[in-house]
Amino acid sequence: MADIAATGSPSISASPKAAADNAALHRMIFIGLAATLLVLPFIPVIGYPFFLMKVLCFALFACAFNLMLGYGGLLSFGHAAYFGLASYVSAYTAKHWGLTPELSILLGTASGAVLGLAFGSLAIRRQGIYFAMITLALAQMVFFFSLQTPRFTGGEDGIQAVPRNNLFGLIPLGSDTSTYYLVAAVFLAGVALIYRVIHSPFGQVLKAIRDNEARAVSLGYRVNQYKLAVFVLSATLAGLAGSMKAIAVQLASLTDVHWSMSGEVVLMTLVGGMGTVFGPIIGAAVIISMQNFLAGLGAWVTVVQGAIFVVCVLIFREGIVGVIGKWIKRPL
Amino acid sequence: MSYFRMNRRSLMAGAAATAFTARSMAQAQQPVNIKIGVLNDRSGLYADLTGEGSALAARMAVEDFGAAAKGLNVQIVSADHQNKPDVGANIARQWYDNDGVDAIADVPTSSVAFAVNQITREKNKIMLNSGAASSDLTGAQCSPNTVHWTYDTYALAQGTGGAMVKAGGDTWFFLTADYAFGHALERDTAAVVTKAGGRVVGAVRTPFPGTDFSSFLLQAQSSRAKVIGLANAGGDTINSIKQAAEFGITQGGQKLAGLLVFVTDVHALGLQTAQGLILTESFYWDLNDGTRAFSERFARQRGGNKPTMVQAGVYGATLHYLKAAAATKSRDATANMAWMKGNQTDDPLFGKGTIRADGRKMHPVYLFEVKKPSESKGPWDYYKLIATLPAEEAFRPIAAGNCPLVRA
Repeated sequence: MADIAATGSPSISASPKAAADNAALHRMIFIGLAATLLVLPFIPVIGYPFFLMKVLCFALFACAFNLMLGYGGLLSFGHAAYFGLASYVSAYTAKHWGLTPELSILLGTASGAVLGLAFGSLAIRRQGIYFAMITLALAQMVFFFSLQTPRFTGGEDGIQAVPRNNLFGLIPLGSDTSTYYLVAAVFLAGVALIYRVIHSPFGQVLKAIRDNEARAVSLGYRVNQYKLAVFVLSATLAGLAGSMKAIAVQLASLTDVHWSMSGEVVLMTLVGGMGTVFGPIIGAAVIISMQNFLAGLGAWVTVVQGAIFVVCVLIFREGIVGVIGKWIKRPL
Repeated sequence: MSYFRMNRRSLMAGAAATAFTARSMAQAQQPVNIKIGVLNDRSGLYADLTGEGSALAARMAVEDFGAAAKGLNVQIVSADHQNKPDVGANIARQWYDNDGVDAIADVPTSSVAFAVNQITREKNKIMLNSGAASSDLTGAQCSPNTVHWTYDTYALAQGTGGAMVKAGGDTWFFLTADYAFGHALERDTAAVVTKAGGRVVGAVRTPFPGTDFSSFLLQAQSSRAKVIGLANAGGDTINSIKQAAEFGITQGGQKLAGLLVFVTDVHALGLQTAQGLILTESFYWDLNDGTRAFSERFARQRGGNKPTMVQAGVYGATLHYLKAAAATKSRDATANMAWMKGNQTDDPLFGKGTIRADGRKMHPVYLFEVKKPSESKGPWDYYKLIATLPAEEAFRPIAAGNCPLVRA
């Protein structure tokens, strides 16, 4: 855990000037990110909006996961449950109730939050491996529920042909490009929210709990409430990512709630850099690009993924962005 | 040669004719570029019965058709959808949007097939489905852009369910994989059995995917039903047949009926284990001279493995599609589909047939029994033909399918 602390965001003891410098750097990165998102669809090969939307949805998912693992020190192995359930809810409401995208995304996100509250309040009673196992077990229940309720989830066929209704009932989302800009905007807002949370007093307490829970307790913090809060927040944002994915990809399927999805998001976070704001975005981009452009290799994709993971763990233990942050001696 | 001759002629004509006609003639000689994507499982459960073999079948169709001589420049690409609808949908979209693919062939696994079906319709391309089982592809979810070639759950139920009852197997017990596909198989087959005068004495739901079927098989055994219907697929089917053999169920006089079993499954199980199993397929390599000749060529390139009905279906569908493209001289999906539905199909594997308005390809299906090891004359000699169902009996009547294309 000491490793994470070293690469984490500015510590409480950092001088005000350094903190201001870092904030300026992060602001620049955010502006750069927004500009990149704006022009990406015009770049050939990687500018395929459908692919970009997928990357963004998973990037937000990884960021949400990272909020809990990197800043809360809580390794959940069941994040697919919030992502998947939310994608089902959003797909279902868009298809069968004919709701507009913003409403179905909101409902999906809310379902992620409610599920996070229910699961979180059970899981945070235990720590470490037991915490991870409880989240995994609860997530498997959601998977089983999805498999057994074809009326709601479509069983193994999933909910297909999810319509992209008009945004706010007014703006048509007919083309992939317009949907991409919606996804990009929500993604940016999500990441900005996470950034804000990390750098708030709440975030500082979280980091304190992560680094030394006993000490945080002795300082008078109600540790469990903080943990539950970050759990719910993370589940909510995972839900936001999931419900957006359902609208963007027009499909909600069992893959989204499967345990391997929970594993994939861990992989994205670790490859990109756990405990960095921008790491999970890079991690998601790397993993999804590999799945996309190496699809021709078939089963070998997982082998390549595994090899990259091993290389990451051996060579850059802090992940891609974590290592860059170390080079420039700035938290990213 | 004819290309050069035509060119000279058009040059000569050019002296007299206007520039416009000369240009249009030159354009007519340009080969039409056709790209067919074979999308299936290349690494998982269905890799043996679809996989690279389907891509080979598509290439053989291009070769046999002599596409180059008929003015078509055909390219076959392939990809692995890993049996996941989102992966399949992603590949299909990229193929259509970026890679200029005109038709997607094979697509086993119904969930992936539905996703590709939807995208194909949206992009107005063509899906030549051979691998998927669900009869909804030509029913509630039918599309003007899809042909469902080889088989479907309705035909399997008709074949195995109906013919078994006629042969005396009138009491049934189902072993059903507990997910939507398993339930659908059980429901359809039970309906056929009851309609044919049989009786369903019981059913048990097995967890999906399952490894231990012993307690369910004991229930099936003690039900004393004459036929045990296996409403499952892939690994579940293999496991349940293996364990049934260990319990000596077929030796005890009960018949095992596989509702979705392919020749590669029988090959994997071996005759000792699979003997006596009843199943329905629409193609078997040893049916007639045409199927034998094709299968021999196929096996030479596949390390001795005979083609499955799915791979045969990819061959037949690709051949028919190429005929359409050569006749219309275009990549236009609407024109090609109209040609495909308007003209009889004819290939050495399925014989003559038609494609209905709902996309259903019509051909006979066959009920087989797996031979005893003593009856088999050599490798891949696995099936005894029990009955042949004409297409009209095997496939769901067009009016009963609820296909919106037909009602309209």
